[in-house]
Amino acid sequence: MSPKRSPRDILVRIRGLKFYRGSRAIFDGVDIDIPRGGVTAIMGPSGTGKTTLLKLIGGQLTPDSGTIEVDGLNVHALSTRDLYRLRMRMGMLFQSGALLTDLSVFENVAYPLREHTRLSASMIRKLVLIKLEAVGLRGAHQLMPSQLSGGMARRVALARAIALDPMMIMYDEPFAGQDPISMGVLIQLVRRLNDAARISSVVVSHDVAEASQIADLIYVISDGRVIESGAPQQLREHGGEWTQQFIRGLPDGPVPFHYPAPDLASDLFGEPA
Amino acid sequence: MEWLAALGRAGLSFSARLGRANLLFVAMLRGLPALLRRPRLLIEQMFAIGVLTVLIIAVSGIFVGMVLGLQGYHILSRFGAEATLGVMVAASLVRELGPVVTALLFAGRAGSAMSAEIGLMKATEQLSGLEMMAVNPEHRVLTPRLIAGIISMPLLAALFSMLGVYGGWFVGVGLLGVDDGTYWAQMQSQIDWNEDVVNGVVKSFVFGVVCTWIAIFQGYDCVPTSEGVSRATTRTVVHSSLAVLGLDFVLTALMFN
Repeated sequence: MSPKRSPRDILVRIRGLKFYRGSRAIFDGVDIDIPRGGVTAIMGPSGTGKTTLLKLIGGQLTPDSGTIEVDGLNVHALSTRDLYRLRMRMGMLFQSGALLTDLSVFENVAYPLREHTRLSASMIRKLVLIKLEAVGLRGAHQLMPSQLSGGMARRVALARAIALDPMMIMYDEPFAGQDPISMGVLIQLVRRLNDAARISSVVVSHDVAEASQIADLIYVISDGRVIESGAPQQLREHGGEWTQQFIRGLPDGPVPFHYPAPDLASDLFGEPA
Repeated sequence: MEWLAALGRAGLSFSARLGRANLLFVAMLRGLPALLRRPRLLIEQMFAIGVLTVLIIAVSGIFVGMVLGLQGYHILSRFGAEATLGVMVAASLVRELGPVVTALLFAGRAGSAMSAEIGLMKATEQLSGLEMMAVNPEHRVLTPRLIAGIISMPLLAALFSMLGVYGGWFVGVGLLGVDDGTYWAQMQSQIDWNEDVVNGVVKSFVFGVVCTWIAIFQGYDCVPTSEGVSRATTRTVVHSSLAVLGLDFVLTALMFN
């Protein structure tokens, strides 16, 4: 289990989180502490609500019960104005990049600066080029989103997410569907931005190897609960049976290979249903 | 009992959608002060919604006017009343065909495009992205489109009616030999400013509100998948057309007792 931390070290504190879609419990009493300054990975199989968790932290969804505090502020008790103020200190990298398709790369990165600051045009230009340089795409500032590959779009989205120098960035499946080079670039960027800019990072992913490579702390969630948490090495060596199956990608185990079904012989030779 | 339950579910779903549409309308109106600070957003949407619809409105207006001129001449000439062709063409266009056909064409061209664009922005998480950038998508994306639609519709309807009158003139005066002076003089003396022109403008304003509102709501409320977006665009055209035709009857009944 994760080591004890003082309240000041915790950036995001989730307590007793319950969230339902219809009658299905996505989260059923989840407690998570995301420390400041580190990379925290939230891992679990597809459909366990990892993206939903990010939307709950960002205040885009409201939990059925429980609290989520970001930097000491109860996200779901804030007024709209205060929530928007808090979001200015939170960056989010969507799986699709979520770039505005009618704006160029430059304008996409400049967008939050134009919306929330009164900086001069020349200062905005400098800042945008610095942010694009950080993700290696300064030379692509004139391109339109439709001219970018998936990996490049995510890097532009990352430059946009750090435009306002946020205190934290949430990454939604940043490595999904990337070729090895793009994946390597993204892995390096997440870690480097975290360390150089002292940004706290929350990475939601089911790419075990990649997420383990950069995470300081991993939470494994399944069936609406936190199964285990700890440092990557700790989980790999001392994790439970379920975690071992997930981390090692074993086809059978606590999560069975076969979907629940009646006995094969009776299904093959018995009366048709 | 199944059908009763299905009826109940449909009723509840309809009420819920109506409620969401009303809340969205209020949310968009709340974005007006922000829009006044950034008129560029409105100008961009006026171009996308209004200017890009001009061609289809202009071509349709001319042809509808020409058909009115042709049909009107053949009917009126039976009674020796071809001199009133200008009045007939202008009254039909300004009172009814101008606002109604413009609204139907608007729903098909600009409305469906708006629904598809907003639906795709939702499907590709652009609206969520704006929210997470602390930008209200209702104010930033939807309000400019609503106001642009409301302003554009009466202007497009006026263009439709004007070109229709010229279309009728081309056929009636140019091809069928109606006297030029009579065509315009009859129109000038018989078309009433308040009863015909202002009522036509009021109709197109109402259609502008309804068509744009429906288009925006369908896009914003759609299921964020390709099928959902496709369904939203279809619904926009169908619902807008039905609303325009239904409202036209109600407004005409109110305006002309």
